[in-house]
Amino acid sequence: MVLIDEKKFLDIYRKMDYTRKFENQVMSAVDKGEIKCPVYLSIGQEAISSTLSVFYKPDLIFTQHRGHSVYLAYGGDIGKLIDELLGKDSGCNRGRGGSPGIQDLGIGMIGHHGLIGENVPIAVGAALGDPSKKVLCVFGDGAAEEDYVFTAMGFAVTHKLPVFFVCEDNNLSILTKKSERRSWELTDATKAIGMPSANIPDDPFVIAEYVKEFRNNLPAFLNCRTCRHRWHTGTGEDGKPEKDRLEIFREELIKNGLEHKIYRTEQLNGVEVEKLWKEHLQKQ
Amino acid sequence: MERTLAETIKEITKKHLEENNGLIMGQCLTAVGWVNHTVPDCENIIELPMIDVAGSGIVAGAALVGRRPIFVIRFQDFINLNSSFIVDYAAKTKYLFGYGTPIFIRALSTEGKGAGPTHSAISHSYFMHVPGIKVCSPMTPGEYQEIWDEFMKDDCPMYVSEHRHSFNQTKELEDIILPNADITLYGISASRFNMIEAAKELEKKNIKCNLSHILWLKPLSLDRMIKPLKESKLGLVIDSDFEIAGASQSIAYELMKQTGYRVEALGAEDRPTGTYERYENGTPKVEKIVEKTKNLLKKK
Repeated sequence: MVLIDEKKFLDIYRKMDYTRKFENQVMSAVDKGEIKCPVYLSIGQEAISSTLSVFYKPDLIFTQHRGHSVYLAYGGDIGKLIDELLGKDSGCNRGRGGSPGIQDLGIGMIGHHGLIGENVPIAVGAALGDPSKKVLCVFGDGAAEEDYVFTAMGFAVTHKLPVFFVCEDNNLSILTKKSERRSWELTDATKAIGMPSANIPDDPFVIAEYVKEFRNNLPAFLNCRTCRHRWHTGTGEDGKPEKDRLEIFREELIKNGLEHKIYRTEQLNGVEVEKLWKEHLQKQ
Repeated sequence: MERTLAETIKEITKKHLEENNGLIMGQCLTAVGWVNHTVPDCENIIELPMIDVAGSGIVAGAALVGRRPIFVIRFQDFINLNSSFIVDYAAKTKYLFGYGTPIFIRALSTEGKGAGPTHSAISHSYFMHVPGIKVCSPMTPGEYQEIWDEFMKDDCPMYVSEHRHSFNQTKELEDIILPNADITLYGISASRFNMIEAAKELEKKNIKCNLSHILWLKPLSLDRMIKPLKESKLGLVIDSDFEIAGASQSIAYELMKQTGYRVEALGAEDRPTGTYERYENGTPKVEKIVEKTKNLLKKK
């Protein structure tokens, strides 16, 4: 593969790597007892929000509990996120939301209250209330099964609302696989009601193509199949993950001769993330 | 000419939709009767599909971007399906995120004429239990204007327990405080109309009743309610909602706690409502209020 837009894909990698390094610090803080609230890690799923953030610039962002990667990819205030995880008043939700309830109005990211998929009707309502605003709505494959998700998507089609729906489909609801829960794909249903939809892997090259195609034809829906590395909540893991998109993408970029730029990015990310965590932990 | 309550609601709504860029959202708003003639024919009416559950989420989203939606629940029973986004989201955003989700929830009720088990509920007591939401039950044009003005003052969601039996009401309902009253009757929702009739019946039997009308259920201000109780030294709170663990019991408890005087509660019975008249349940009938009052006086 030859990279047409090297700069953009390097930026995606930078964000993926940054998120991974950030969440490695979260895991360390949890394991040391410095973070005392439940955490919902995006590790393994970073490619989706990192790619979206490079190609789609929404005015309002509605996520759900596993929202660190979206927050970081879209440039949310990192210090406030660390403080939120530490339960401080200076956190992005004054310590009242914790990991599942993060927000940053500076990037248009609205807080989530903890019930999966409820961000979907709320996002649709915001788009109805102010159609001049482009909306991003991210949820998971478990949330996709909530009855109010599809009905809200249908409402968005009826009213032609500018919402980009994205499902981070990690195939797991807690630990129950999708095949044990349902026999259908949400993209089949959304296609049937006339919404541009695709069911794709979380490969940044593929996501980028679809985002470019769909972003001016909203509402639209992307179901991105991904791999969550850690437990639903907390830092635990059940063996080696099926795949690591970060590693796969890194190899692709290196094959394209970006080795030095990758190393440099990783080095800078590492220094910055470590410094920030150190500063905020010391303030405790 | 005096305005009815229904006309007042319609005028307030029209002004909100036309002058405030507000929204009114709900199911079948522009169908037969336009919700008992309370919905104006103008811009900014959003017909929701039959998507109970998702519907209130869409309304919450519109509230977040400043449209201050009026959300119409044609029968209060339907609020059960719609309540998650109100209870779990709208009522919590101020505390969690620092900004409110101002939704004006018009929850209508009715009784009789075969309304039956799922079209006759009055559910304001559920919402009194939820932090972060105001609850009221206006029965007159003036009260409706008061609660609307209150809604527009801040970004708190408000549950407005309406009753179709009040829609033709034109007059305000004033408190009555009599010298040497035997009991103070407190009324909520449509029970206020039966309370007035019951007091007339009791007067014929030389029983003097103070009458106190309750508009705000949450926040509850007891100041005005305590004075007549201190005179009569006995009270009865009457509600159209269920008595058990409901508004009537809760307010009776608060009044007793504040004054030390006995206050009892009377509301709908703890059973579902049937379709036919003999199985109806809801606002205590005049005879029942009279009977309960007489029994209380025997214990005084």
